[in-house]
Amino acid sequence: MQLSREELLHAYRQMRTIRAFEDRVHEEFQAGNIPGFVHLYAGEEACAVGFCIHLKEGDYIASTHRGHGHCIAKGCDVRAMMAEIFGKKSGLCGGKGGSMHIADLERGMMGANGIVGGGPPLVCGAALTAKTLKTGGVAIAFVGDGGSNQGTTLESYNLAKVWNLPAIFVIEDNGYAESTASSWAVAGSQVGRAAGFGMPGYEVDGHDFFAVYAIAREVVERARMGGGPSLVHVRFARYYGHFEGDAMTYRGKDEVPRLMAERDCLKLFRERVLEAALLDAAELDRIDHEVAELIDRATAEAKAAPMPTEADLLTDVYVSYS
Amino acid sequence: MPKKTYRQAINEALRQEMERDPRVILMGEDVAGGMGSPGEDDAWGGPLGVTKGLMPRFGRERVLDTPITESAFIGAAVGAAVTGLRPVAELMFVDFFGVCFDQIFNQAAKFRYMFGGKARTPLVIRTMYGAGFRAASQHSQCLYSIFTHIPGLKVVLPSNAYEAKGLLIQAIRDDDPVIFFEHKAMYDEEAEVPDEPYTIPFGEANVTREGGDATIIAMGRMVNFANQVADELAKENIGVTVVDIRTTSPLDKETILETAAETGRVVVVDESHPRCSVATDIAALVAQEAFEHLEAPVKMVTAPHAPVPFSPALEDLYIPSPARIRRAVQEVLAFGR
Repeated sequence: MQLSREELLHAYRQMRTIRAFEDRVHEEFQAGNIPGFVHLYAGEEACAVGFCIHLKEGDYIASTHRGHGHCIAKGCDVRAMMAEIFGKKSGLCGGKGGSMHIADLERGMMGANGIVGGGPPLVCGAALTAKTLKTGGVAIAFVGDGGSNQGTTLESYNLAKVWNLPAIFVIEDNGYAESTASSWAVAGSQVGRAAGFGMPGYEVDGHDFFAVYAIAREVVERARMGGGPSLVHVRFARYYGHFEGDAMTYRGKDEVPRLMAERDCLKLFRERVLEAALLDAAELDRIDHEVAELIDRATAEAKAAPMPTEADLLTDVYVSYS
Repeated sequence: MPKKTYRQAINEALRQEMERDPRVILMGEDVAGGMGSPGEDDAWGGPLGVTKGLMPRFGRERVLDTPITESAFIGAAVGAAVTGLRPVAELMFVDFFGVCFDQIFNQAAKFRYMFGGKARTPLVIRTMYGAGFRAASQHSQCLYSIFTHIPGLKVVLPSNAYEAKGLLIQAIRDDDPVIFFEHKAMYDEEAEVPDEPYTIPFGEANVTREGGDATIIAMGRMVNFANQVADELAKENIGVTVVDIRTTSPLDKETILETAAETGRVVVVDESHPRCSVATDIAALVAQEAFEHLEAPVKMVTAPHAPVPFSPALEDLYIPSPARIRRAVQEVLAFGR
């Protein structure tokens, strides 16, 4: 597999943007500047970017409660995202969705979802639209290891297979559904489940962007060519808690520092491209710098932006209602 | 004007809208029937034959049989609606909403608001409701009050074949998610139904009888019972206004309040259970906003706070009957006199 220079730079920039975005949201939440619940994607970046890099306009994704990474990877505006998370009128959803419902249908992002297992049926629908209108589009459901046990997810495997939909199910297994280990909560295996529904199933190291990229390309192409749904089980770690404020007492003592030192997707990416002389360090440093500036600006703008007002309270409940 | 059954009117509305707009698709369990089986294609057309003949005309790509998997296919209808199709999904019995409600009330109903006005979800869920079929507790409920409660949904209850065709075409052309309630005991009832497509707007109640003595507010099949009572009482020189609210969401408050004020004696008839229902909603509305016009307390005629029984002897006692409606009207007429 050979990625072009542009693809490599794009992938690195997106992963770095997600990391910087999440680190900043973490800080701002700790400082008490962000209302509500937030669930951070830091550590998992290679998955969202490794899949979404293969998507085009007209393709759709549905996300989870941990949705910021998918949004950025699918091309949502980072500044509008930050404003949304701060609850501002200039936010991607006018401040009405927040972190758990952040969405941009124009970009094919069908929403983070506050309901675990909410996304897979919706993705079957987006894939059905692509199939019915013959757009050549595909749709990806990102599902957590917790969501993988929901009936909606398993029913969606069946429907996607029976209808031969251009759908892909990506099981993002960070080891914990809230505080409950996926090794305990998931009976059988994810690829075994795929086999049970007659779908190709894959397991991949989600810290390795290049491994995700390769499998993602295969399953997206299969779906696009009419070959039906696939499942990919991606294993990786989340660096922060289930939600911000989670003390993570259920995790091993050195678990996170060790993973950050040894299996960090950005570090691994950097080592790989520098070793192979695909990119040089200065280019990557420049991206780091530009991303940091973008996140600074997005945060400052979000803080300064006006809140929605009473005039916004009852708008957009319906397209029309009388 | 040609007479058609409720079933034929719904079938015709679906066919005409599918002819008009290639983005309209149907999906549900056995909406064609016979998928993958060795016998007839289009074997069922839905369990009561409402969608019969549509698959041969539009093909399996637009009339999709589904496995028995309501959360997946209702959710797929929601996902298809928000990405460019105009699906009409059939939830065979509304009693089955318990296995797919999340996709309706947390997904479809909330997209537009949560996404800051950027989503359109032109989805229709057709579903069968109501008692009278000896179908017992899990296949006879009304449950429309639960959907009415949810902002973002529209809820429609056609009371005859004419209403069914016009309201269904309106529902399919509407850009918000609509739950369309078909009473299973009405499929064979006939009315005059124009051949050409027409729409009936939502949120505009229909006054089916006019009289100066009492007002009955009703919905769905209960409108027919109310009309019957009004016709009987007219022969006794008692004038009863009957209002078919047509849609519980949006609700035509204006017509309800005007007709309530005109007579000051109001009966609300709702086939559903009495607690937290459309009947209590309307009674509260009238009590709050037309109090000064009332001559008697608002009376409700509903099913009891109990599951629907199986035995015909019990089910007949359970369903609000014309006789009970008539008694309620007489009670509000007698109040204070």
